[in-house]
Amino acid sequence: MNKQPGTLAIGIARGILEIKQFMRQRESVVFTLLFPILLLLIFGAVFKDEIAPGVTFSQYFVAGMIASGLVNTGFQQLAITIPMERDDGTLKRLRGTPAPTASYFIGKIILVFVSMLIQVGLLLAFGVALYGISLPSTPEKWLTFIWVMLLGITSSTILGIAFSVVPKSGRGASAVVSPIVIILQFFSGVFFVFTQLPAWMQNFAAVFPLKWLTQGMRSVFLPDSFAAQEVAQSWEHGRTALILSAWLVAGFLIALKTFRWEKS
Amino acid sequence: MSHAIVVRGLTKSYRNGKGAAIEAVKGIDLEVAQGEIFALLGPNGAGKTSTIEILEGYRGRDGGSLSVLGEDPAQTHLPAWRNRVGIVLQSTKDGADLSVVEILTHFAQYYSRPRDIDEVIAAVGLEEKRNARGEHLSGGQRRRLDVALGIIGSPELLFLDEPTTGFDPEARRSFWELIRSLRESGTTILMSTHYLEEAEALADRVAIMNHGLIADCATPEKLGGRDREKVNVRWHESGAIHQELTDTPTEFLRNLANRIPGEISELTVTRPTLEEIYLQMIGGNE
Repeated sequence: MNKQPGTLAIGIARGILEIKQFMRQRESVVFTLLFPILLLLIFGAVFKDEIAPGVTFSQYFVAGMIASGLVNTGFQQLAITIPMERDDGTLKRLRGTPAPTASYFIGKIILVFVSMLIQVGLLLAFGVALYGISLPSTPEKWLTFIWVMLLGITSSTILGIAFSVVPKSGRGASAVVSPIVIILQFFSGVFFVFTQLPAWMQNFAAVFPLKWLTQGMRSVFLPDSFAAQEVAQSWEHGRTALILSAWLVAGFLIALKTFRWEKS
Repeated sequence: MSHAIVVRGLTKSYRNGKGAAIEAVKGIDLEVAQGEIFALLGPNGAGKTSTIEILEGYRGRDGGSLSVLGEDPAQTHLPAWRNRVGIVLQSTKDGADLSVVEILTHFAQYYSRPRDIDEVIAAVGLEEKRNARGEHLSGGQRRRLDVALGIIGSPELLFLDEPTTGFDPEARRSFWELIRSLRESGTTILMSTHYLEEAEALADRVAIMNHGLIADCATPEKLGGRDREKVNVRWHESGAIHQELTDTPTEFLRNLANRIPGEISELTVTRPTLEEIYLQMIGGNE
């Protein structure tokens, strides 16, 4: 008898299939890939002021949108599509095949990673072309960009998987998940300058990952002098890494205990 | 090994919304021989789906012992065991954005000895729909795709959960041919169905489940003592329909033929249908 295909091989096959399905769903392409660009164009056209010497709001906003991209393609995408797949029988069918459960998640990670690269790439391209954002100028900034992006997308993915048990049905998932993301965007310094928000909003946002992701991305795309404008007068890289990691570990443990393959 | 499935004293309870335990399966014994088509019948809520899902390895059990292809699904290394099992679930609608051939090509990659994709597409009669996406298949075509996915890994044992619900009679007949051809290739099949004539047409043996127990298990001809039930003889004589229930239909007919010269008008000799037996057995359930 031939050898059974391995977990990774099946996972990669699933990743390719997931990307194919993603590209064929008009809603997912429009909402995940085009909507952030649209927001970028609208906000860029409305708010043109400088918020600090040499820093326009558009630039501040691009950094926040890139951080949001990590939440959109990881958390939001998975917390909406996994309940849909639980409803339409995808998950139950997979559980009835020899595919190891890890392969399913490998496929999801590939999908998240590819859609994130596309979204972040598009936002960067528009940011550079239209709003004078510059790509990271030093190796240190590239390094920051990469670790914030990787830690951000990993925790976002894990939290999306963990949150997928909350929506009662696939059809209602979007209505449960999207408002959470939008509120976090308002509170975390995406649509407004974080330091201008009321203190209670800042404190609330500081519990969640998005605030730290936006701050991390600002440390990459805004001049170092802007660090003085942040709440702690610094980029707080250490604290960012700590809080994102804490969410990652908590999300992983919760997902491990609560993940459901079938409708209850 | 001569049995694909052996079940002894299987029990399973669930908690309902108020926390009270509901006994869905109350201690059943079951044997399915290798190469057999075995049908599980019973009203909704009888415990069929629970039983099948325990055998499929989807659910745990509370008590009893289980051997499916020589292994206990609750104990075994599932991926290796699932490599030998095919499962056709009830009403799925996944893969809406993928074509028939894409879905099958993908799932074939999960198995160590997948069947040829084109051969499977031909076996389920989806040649003309091979490039159609899941969302554009009719209910019957969708079900055929489900079966194709169930057999893509050349399973030794195939579970079919209500495979022909929503089929028109013609689609059902051609589906039966497909199932028979699987038996000829040596696949053991455990199916559940609501259609008595389907069980009669396909199954070597039938078990009727009711209230979590097996009410009877036999060949379709002998189920519920069907072969020993009185036979109904009907005929037309001197302007009226006559009926007689008898244990000795041959003797009765011989006498009738001697009495009536020539052809006996409108003569029928019938045993109770499987459906009548079934309704008697689950009587009072609904």
